[in-house]
Amino acid sequence: MSGDDILAILPLVVLGAALSIVVLGIALRRDHRQAAILAAVGLVLTFASLWPAALAAPRQVTPLFAIDGYALLLMGLIIAESFAVLLLAHGYLQHLGSSADEFYALLLLTTLGGLALIAGSHFVSFFLGLETLTIPLLGLIAYPSDPPLPLEAAIKYLILAAMSSALLLFGMALVYSRLGTMEFARMAVAQAGEGQGRDLLWISGVALIFSGVAFKLSLAPFHLWVADVYEGAPAPVTGFVAVVSKSAVFALLLRYFLAAGVFRDPTVDLMVGVFAIASMLAGNLLALLQNNVKRLLAYSSVAHLGYLLVAFLATGAAAVEAVLYYLTAYGVTTLAAFGVVTVLSTGNGSTEIVALEDYRGLAWRRPWLAGAFILSLLSLAGLPLTMGFFAKIYAAAAGIHQGAWPLVGALVVGSVIGLFYYLRVIVVICMPGTAEIPQRAEAGTGSVLGLATLAGLTGVLVWLGVYPAPAVGLIRGAARVIGLP
Amino acid sequence: MTLVWLVLIPLLGGCLAWLAARRSPAWARWISLVALFAELALLLVPVTGGHGRWLAEVDLPWAPPLGIRFHLAMDGLSFALILLTAVLGILSVLASWTEITEKVGFFHFNLLLTLTGVVGVFLALDLLLFFFFWELMLIPMYFLIVVWGHERRVYAAIKFFLFTQGGGLLLLIAILTLSFLYFRQSHVVTFDYLTLLKIHLSPGTDTLLMLGFFIAFAVKLPAVPFHTWLPDAHTEAPTAGSVVLAGLLLKTGAYGLLRFVIPLFPDASVHFAPFAMGMGVAGIIYGATLAFAQTDLKRLVAYSSVSHLGFVLLGIYAWNGLALQGVVMQMLAHGLSTGALFILVGALQERLKTRDMGKMGGLWTSMPRLAAIAMFFAVASLGLPGLGDFVGEFLVLLGTYRIAPAFAAAAAAGLVASALYALLLIQRVFHGPPSGTGGAPPDLAPRHLFVMGIMMAGLVWFGMAPQPVFDAVAPGLDNITAFARIP
Repeated sequence: MSGDDILAILPLVVLGAALSIVVLGIALRRDHRQAAILAAVGLVLTFASLWPAALAAPRQVTPLFAIDGYALLLMGLIIAESFAVLLLAHGYLQHLGSSADEFYALLLLTTLGGLALIAGSHFVSFFLGLETLTIPLLGLIAYPSDPPLPLEAAIKYLILAAMSSALLLFGMALVYSRLGTMEFARMAVAQAGEGQGRDLLWISGVALIFSGVAFKLSLAPFHLWVADVYEGAPAPVTGFVAVVSKSAVFALLLRYFLAAGVFRDPTVDLMVGVFAIASMLAGNLLALLQNNVKRLLAYSSVAHLGYLLVAFLATGAAAVEAVLYYLTAYGVTTLAAFGVVTVLSTGNGSTEIVALEDYRGLAWRRPWLAGAFILSLLSLAGLPLTMGFFAKIYAAAAGIHQGAWPLVGALVVGSVIGLFYYLRVIVVICMPGTAEIPQRAEAGTGSVLGLATLAGLTGVLVWLGVYPAPAVGLIRGAARVIGLP
Repeated sequence: MTLVWLVLIPLLGGCLAWLAARRSPAWARWISLVALFAELALLLVPVTGGHGRWLAEVDLPWAPPLGIRFHLAMDGLSFALILLTAVLGILSVLASWTEITEKVGFFHFNLLLTLTGVVGVFLALDLLLFFFFWELMLIPMYFLIVVWGHERRVYAAIKFFLFTQGGGLLLLIAILTLSFLYFRQSHVVTFDYLTLLKIHLSPGTDTLLMLGFFIAFAVKLPAVPFHTWLPDAHTEAPTAGSVVLAGLLLKTGAYGLLRFVIPLFPDASVHFAPFAMGMGVAGIIYGATLAFAQTDLKRLVAYSSVSHLGFVLLGIYAWNGLALQGVVMQMLAHGLSTGALFILVGALQERLKTRDMGKMGGLWTSMPRLAAIAMFFAVASLGLPGLGDFVGEFLVLLGTYRIAPAFAAAAAAGLVASALYALLLIQRVFHGPPSGTGGAPPDLAPRHLFVMGIMMAGLVWFGMAPQPVFDAVAPGLDNITAFARIP
C-alpha cells in the first residue's frame, strides 16, 4: 500500500481513529458531553480529510475500495448528515436521563460502515460495509431501553436485516459462481461480450442481491418493517435510518450496477422498474392512512425511494447526477422533518410527539418550528422554493430520457396521492389548536444545538431550492469522475 | 432589471409585512399596500429600453447545468395582465382591511406571495421558470383558503390543490419531454421558450404534448370538465382569496394557452380547436345555467366565472385578431367585474353573516349604496353595452362568427342566461320584502366606496374607450400570432 493509497482512504482512517478515541474516552471517563464533543470533532476531521483524499482521487485502493469524485461527494454528504443527527441527538439524549456516551461510538461506527459501502467496489467491501452499517444501528434503535417500542423495533430490524443479509450473500455466491470474480470491474469484463455470462444463474444472483438491498432501502414489497422501525426508534435515529443508511446502500447499489455492467440487461431493468412502481404506489397509498407522523414519513420514504429508482434507471452519468441530487435533497428534507419531531420530543420524557393530533395548531404556537416542518413537507411534495422541487424535476426528467412512460405515469399518480397526505399534515398544523393538547406538545423545548441544526437544514433546503446551481455544479463534477471502467 | 424588481417587490413586501405584523396588524396592511403601489409605480414608469419585440427583458443564468435560465420578458399582454395584478392586489388588501383580523401578517405574506407567483407566470419565458412560478402561486393560495376560509375550507383547499397540482404535473412532464425532444434534435439542453418554438415535432407527439399543456391550463381556466374545484374554492376562500383566484389565477390559465399552447404546438392546436371551442361554449352555457340555480351568493358568482372564462377559451381558439382582442378585454373586464362582485358579497357576508340568498331580501332600503353598486356590476357582468365585459364578449363572438358561426350562435345563447342570473341576484338580494334579521346593517364604508369607484371607472373606461387598451396589447398579440405561424 503506497502513500497515495493511504491518502485516498484517509476519511476511513480518520473516522476509524476517531472511533477508537471515542471508545477509549468512554472507557476512561463516562461523560455525555465529552463523548459528544469527541465524536463531533471526529466527524469534522473526517470531513476535512476529504480534501487530501481528493488529491489522490480517483484511485483504486486495493481491489476493495474505489475512491473517486462520486465516493468523495457522497462521503461528504453522509458525514454531514451524521453530524446533523449527532447535533439533534445530543439534546434529545440529554433529556433522556440514562447515560448516553455509547450512542456516539455507535453512531461513528455505523457511519464508518456507510463510508466503506460508498467506496466499495468489491463484494467483500459491499458485505463488510453493510454489516458494519447495520449492526451498530440496532444498538442505536434500541438505545432508550425503558419503553418497549424501541426494543421491538430493534428486534424487527435485526431479524429482517439478518434475512436480507442471507439473501444478499446467496445472491453474491450465485454471481460469483457464474463469473468467478467478486470485483465489480472484472465482472464487467467477464460480461463484455453480447449476452455473455447473462444466464439464469446470473439473473437469479442479481435478483437476490437486489432483494437484499431492497430490504435495506425499504422498497415495496420489502417495506413491511419500515413503519414499525421508524415509529419505534428514537426520532434522531429514525432520521439516520431514513437518510444515512439508505443513502449509503443506494450509493453502493448504483456503483455496483454501473461498474459491474448490470444495467443494459432488459430483465434487470424490468425488475427495477417493477420495484419502482410498486414502491411509488404502495408507499403513497399506505401513507394516506397514517395518523402518526413518523409512520407517515416512513411510508413517504418508501415512495421517495421509488422516485429515486426512476432516477437510478437513467443509465450513465445522467443517472449518477440525478441520484446524487435526489439523495442530497431527500437527505436534507427528511432530516429536517425528523429534526422537528426530535426538537418537539426533546425534554418530553420517553414519549415522543408523533400523533398527528399533537401537531394541531403548531403553526400558531411554535411558528418557526411549524415553518420548518411545512417547508420540509413541501419539499417532500416537490413544490418550489425547496430542494424537493428540483429533485422531482430530476426524477421526472430521468424517466422521460429513458422513455419509461409507465414509470413516469406512476410518478405523477404517486405525487398527486402524496400531495394529499402532506397537505393533510399541513392543514392540521395550521388549524387552531384545542385546549389540552398544546401542553403536551409545548413540553418539548428543544436544545439550542437541535434548533440551530434545524435552522441550518431548513436554510439549505430553501437556499438550494431557490438557487440550485452550486449543488448541481458540484454534483456534475462528481458524476463525471466516477471511476467507471 | 425592472422585471426582476417586479417579481421581488411583492415577495419582499410580503416578508416585511409578516415580520412587521408582530408590532401591529396595521403595519402589515400598510406595508402590503405600499409594496403594491410601488409595483404599480414601477410598472407605470414608461418602460423604455425595450428592444425589438419586448418592452423589457432580463436573461440571467439560474441553474446553468440544467439549462434553466432566469429569463423574464414583458410585452403588451404581460403588461396589461400585470397591471391588473397590481390593481387587484391593492383592492384585495383594501377589501380585507376589516375582514381579516387574525394572523394578519401571515395573511398578507400569503397574499403577496401569490401575487409574486402570478407576476412571475406572466413574465417567465423559460419553461421551467414558468413552471416554478406556476407552482409557487398555489401554495400561498392554499393557505389563504385553509386558514381564513369559510365552513368547508379544508375540503375546498385540498380539492383546489389536487386538481391544479395534477394538471401541473402533466405540464411538468410535457415541458421536460419537449426539452428532451429538442435536445435530441440539437444537442442543446434548454427550456427557453424562444428556442423551443423552433422545434419540429411529429404529429402524434405534437398532440400528446399539446394535451399535457392544455389540460394544466384548462384546469386553471377552468374549462368545463375540469372546473369542479372552482365553485368550492371560490366559495370557501376569504374575499381577497376569491378576488385573486377569479381575477388573476384563472387568467394565468388563459395566458398559458395564449403564450405557450398555441405558439408551441400550432398544428396540433388547429386540429384541436373545434374541441376546445366546444368546451368553451359548453362552459358558457353550463356555467350560466348552474349560476342561475345557486342559492349561495358566492357560488353564483363563481359559476358566472366559469361562464365568462368560456368566452376566453372560445376566443383563444377562434385565433383571429378580433377574437384575441376580445379575449384580452374579457380577461381584464372579468377581473374587475367579478372581483368587485366578490368584494360586495364579502361585504354582505361580513354584515349579515350569511351568503344564503334565501335569507336576504329588501336590502336596497337599508344599504342603498351597496345595492346600487351591486346593480352596476351585475349588469356589467351580464354584458351591458358601454361596459368592459360587453366589449370583450362582443369581440369574441364577432371573431368566432367568422370561423365557426354555430359556436358563436350557441355562445350568444349563454348571454341570455347570464342576464337571467345577474338580474335574479339583484332581485333576490335587494328587492322584495326585507328579511327580518333585526337592525339595519351599515352601508358601505368610504374605503369600500373608493375601491368600488376605481373598479367602476375601469369598467366604464374599457367599455367606452377601449382603444388605448387594444393599442397597448396589440404588439404583444402580434408577437404571439407571429410565433404561432398559423395562417
